[in-house]
Amino acid sequence: MKIHIPTPLRQYTKGQQTVTVGGTSITDALQDLTTNYPELRNHLYTGEGKLRSFVNIYLNDDDIRYLPEKEATKTGDDDELTIIPSIAGGN
Amino acid sequence: MLKLSHADYDALRAHGEETYPHECCGVLLGKNDADGNQVHKIVRAGNTRTDRAHDRYNIAPEELIRVQRQARGLGLDIVGFYHSHPDHPAQWSKTDFDEAHWVGCSYIITSVEHGKATLSNSFLLTGTGEEDKKFVDEQVQVVAGEAGSAKENV
Repeated sequence: MKIHIPTPLRQYTKGQQTVTVGGTSITDALQDLTTNYPELRNHLYTGEGKLRSFVNIYLNDDDIRYLPEKEATKTGDDDELTIIPSIAGGN
Repeated sequence: MLKLSHADYDALRAHGEETYPHECCGVLLGKNDADGNQVHKIVRAGNTRTDRAHDRYNIAPEELIRVQRQARGLGLDIVGFYHSHPDHPAQWSKTDFDEAHWVGCSYIITSVEHGKATLSNSFLLTGTGEEDKKFVDEQVQVVAGEAGSAKENV
């Protein structure tokens, strides 16, 4: 399956905006991603291994935090994951 | 340096006037090259912080994903964001900094005083991640037509 990488993290994927990973679940896909591009791990996860609060990951159009099986959700080759850091602020 | 066209510069400032006294927000699509970020298109976004839209903004991730798909289709990248500060200086705030996570991207802030856009400043988020990120003042170059030929600095 494909994972779309946001602009600030492409420096850790050799400039690629989309990478192809293996596996049959979201967990597998993210594991494959961080194995192939280990520098990404610190930018996606806290020291305790939790997804950083400002990092959103979508399976197609769904936030994986709200999927019934969350990261254990099964995936197919045609599915796409998108990593998208949050945008917010104010005065 | 951030380059954008007069039309886009005017449009993002007009957006801030339209949403006054609430904050507006949007996304800058373009390319990054040796000179910095070049904006080819701006995309308006909705502010989901309806609870305190006068001093906060948030772009829904679903909307960001749609914009990112749009950028991909156009052969562009997300190179920055813009938002307004109603009756507040065009300077990044602690909230802006805490919530900034797109290293390498430009953050334009427009001050809107009594409904009229005044200063627009841009800040480049530099560093490698959360631990060492910082905002750096960034020169804005407004060009005639497409963001390609230099004309005017602001």
